Amino acid sequence: MTSGRPAAVALDGIAKRFGAVVALERVTLEVGDGEFVCFLGPSGCGKTTLLRIIAGLERQNLGTVRMAGRDVSGLPPRERNYGIVFQSYALFPNLTVARNVGYGLATRHVPRERIAARVDELLALVGLARLRDRYPAQLSGGEQQRVALARAVAPSPALLLLDEPLSALDARVRVALRAEIKALQRRLGITTIMVTHDQEEALTMADRIVVMNHGVVEQIGTPFETYTEPASLFVARFVGRMNVLAAVASERPGWARVGRLELRHRAGAARPAGTRLALAIRPEEIRVGPPTHEAVDNRVAARVVNVQFLGAFARLLLALPGDGGPELECDLAGDALADAGAKEGAELALVLTPEALRVFPEPA
Amino acid sequence: MARDLARMIPERVVSRRLDAEHVVRWVFLALFAGFLWVFVLYPMLHVLWRSLLDNDGRVVGLANYVRYVRTPAIAASITNSLVVSAAAMVLTVVLAFVYAYALTRVRLAGRAVFRVAAMLPLFAPSLVHGFALVYLFGNNGIVTRQTGLNVGIYGVKGIVLAEVLYCFPHAVLILTAALAAADARLYDAAAALGAGRLRTFLTVTLPGVKYGLMSACFVVFTTVITDFGAPKVLGGKTSVMATEIYNQVIGQQNFTMGATVSVVLLVPALLAVVVDRLVQRRQYALISSSARPLAPGGGPLLRWGLWLYCALAAAAITAVYVVVLATSLVSRWPYDLTLTLKHYRFDTAGGYTALVNSLETAALTALVGTAVAFAGAYLVEKGRTVASGPLYMVSLLPVSIPGMVLGLAYIFVFNAPGSPLNALYGTLTILVISNLVHYFTVPFLTATAALKQMDAEFEHVGASMGVPFYRTFWRVTVPMALPSIVGISMYFFLNAMVTLSAAVFLVAPGTELAAVAMLLMDDAGDTAQAAAMSVLIVAIGLVVRLVYWALLRGVTRRTQAWRGPAG
Repeated sequence: MTSGRPAAVALDGIAKRFGAVVALERVTLEVGDGEFVCFLGPSGCGKTTLLRIIAGLERQNLGTVRMAGRDVSGLPPRERNYGIVFQSYALFPNLTVARNVGYGLATRHVPRERIAARVDELLALVGLARLRDRYPAQLSGGEQQRVALARAVAPSPALLLLDEPLSALDARVRVALRAEIKALQRRLGITTIMVTHDQEEALTMADRIVVMNHGVVEQIGTPFETYTEPASLFVARFVGRMNVLAAVASERPGWARVGRLELRHRAGAARPAGTRLALAIRPEEIRVGPPTHEAVDNRVAARVVNVQFLGAFARLLLALPGDGGPELECDLAGDALADAGAKEGAELALVLTPEALRVFPEPA
Repeated sequence: MARDLARMIPERVVSRRLDAEHVVRWVFLALFAGFLWVFVLYPMLHVLWRSLLDNDGRVVGLANYVRYVRTPAIAASITNSLVVSAAAMVLTVVLAFVYAYALTRVRLAGRAVFRVAAMLPLFAPSLVHGFALVYLFGNNGIVTRQTGLNVGIYGVKGIVLAEVLYCFPHAVLILTAALAAADARLYDAAAALGAGRLRTFLTVTLPGVKYGLMSACFVVFTTVITDFGAPKVLGGKTSVMATEIYNQVIGQQNFTMGATVSVVLLVPALLAVVVDRLVQRRQYALISSSARPLAPGGGPLLRWGLWLYCALAAAAITAVYVVVLATSLVSRWPYDLTLTLKHYRFDTAGGYTALVNSLETAALTALVGTAVAFAGAYLVEKGRTVASGPLYMVSLLPVSIPGMVLGLAYIFVFNAPGSPLNALYGTLTILVISNLVHYFTVPFLTATAALKQMDAEFEHVGASMGVPFYRTFWRVTVPMALPSIVGISMYFFLNAMVTLSAAVFLVAPGTELAAVAMLLMDDAGDTAQAAAMSVLIVAIGLVVRLVYWALLRGVTRRTQAWRGPAG
């Protein structure tokens, strides 16, 4: 994006309000050419509003939208050159699959044979060639989804917008389609923005994720960055699972107190003793083992409250010492579970690796 | 904090370049708004204004209203209207409820026949029902002649009876819909808890159709209080508000009193419509989507009892048509019963010109009305502009305007010297417009409901691909709504064929309509010719209904293939 070419989509200071409710407060971001970007956040965070502003279906109160350097802020949807797939797909029920896919081509003075060829090409691409004369009501949810996708990209738009495209499908189809959409996007090299509330979807599909909350961008980063280096406690909790411990900065720099425990955490900005903090560690980052006598920082004894068997791994609910002390979730693979002797009521020795123990300002 | 932020963000959204599509949309919206203003709001305001003037055009405030209630001869029309409407409402709804209950909740032999029989009165103007009662029970009626017993059909009694016949199908339609939407699980629960028949009826059946009953009451009340045909034929010396407007305007040329009675008549009609809208809004939540339909049942006693009831009701309704048909086919009812077709020659008044005019008017109303109602509903429903709310409200207004009031308002507006709209007066066009407005609300709501079922993103998908909205409208919206569109045009056609009330003020030499001609024939004593005209109107209505039925089947097969399963 630092290259001379303008970004495929550049948003600058986009703000939107509905009456007294602020939906977006000055969102600025860029999407590179050919990039797959996910807007991720809980419902009501403004991600769909942002997508609709890019599409020109909603008008912002402030800010500009540029596409490949062209200011499209004041242009109607028709003149923005994008394809869109809605949550409901909005397939035209009275038109066949082929006519749906060809809908955007029919008005562009393209000769009939060229339209037919393009439609066949796209249907082959999404694997639906044999269904070209069916009506949408005669297709499965996953097939409808693929028709909507083919229809959106048929006129070769510069940008593809996907508004929660997988949320109406059952889990199995959803996972299969993730890979298909991603492969199609790579193959066409089309810049794509997808809105989703499903963090797994964002992690598996996106080149970069834009995490949003209450109309504000919390973090922009690759899936790996977003997962391993969450920029805020919100991102830490929303992307993946995260144990959060209320803590207070201790006198020793780099250490914090959680109840009676004193734990070393990841190095960060120095904070005066007594500052309230939140320590965060992912369930799979907690090390579990039988007690040893090595001297290691952050060794903690915990009692197993509950074991949830989840197939490939088990999730333990652990209570730290002290009445009403904090509880931690910890994920263990099958054999590690047996090795640790983790049964309900058992005492376990944990190590909360300091490098994994992230520190955030006081939780709200 | 959120409030502070909101203040920092301007309230205006960024302006958008004016593009052709927006202009097209706003031009159509402006046309629709103009139509509603010129043909609905402005005429109504004019009637209101005229009721505050005297016959010389001086403002006299409420003096006309004071005179109306202080003059016993015309004030009686208010009481008569209320008594007739209330009595007809109670009778119709009770009779129709039993009929609808039998059709939906009991295993009844010949159910289809009873269903059709109940709908027959929809095909005739209300005055035909008046005619039939006169031919049977009038001073020269066949029953009166044969038995020597004069039941005194002229007056309140007769009007109520005619209105019950006339309104029966409306109430049956509403109540069968309400009774058909029953949840069998509630009945199972009541049975499991040991409730008897009566208790189940009182605690499950009646509360379940509460809103349907209320809706039926409002519809019957409004229809009766605004009806002109039946009271005109059967009123005798008893006048109701609708006939009083006619007496004042046609009989005495007293336009201001006509306007005053009109405004008073608007009040109950408007009130009934507003309350009905409020009630209907609450109706939807009553049946949950997981409800299990109730299978019709009933013991033999109930079944045969109700069968007998339905047979009697159907016979009474059919009797109207038989008597009218008989009157039109015999030489001189009831004295000379030799068969003849001479009454169909219409040697005196109007005749076939009126019938052709009626057909032409009905066809034009169906064509133009369907286009205006559907396009209007589309602009309001899919446009989502600031204009949507007010346009929707005004579109609901016509259903509460009595035909007599609409007709009088059009005289004021289109027969005023110097008005540019004057050219319309005395043409078929004004009759088409008055029908279109008079029957506008139901088609408008039907179209709105059909449009609401469609995905809101259709136009957006089109727009994203550079397809203008009117193309998506034509290729997707209209084909999908075709069954509703066909239904709407039939509604306009059938109503335009039988309408009398507004037309009675608007016909001119050369533009007579069948229903008006019928009234004039009867007034002139040409009873048999009036009956012949009735028969022709009903026959045309039935034929058109059949044609539409075939058309709808064809349309469904051809354009709605997508609704079906894979094949």
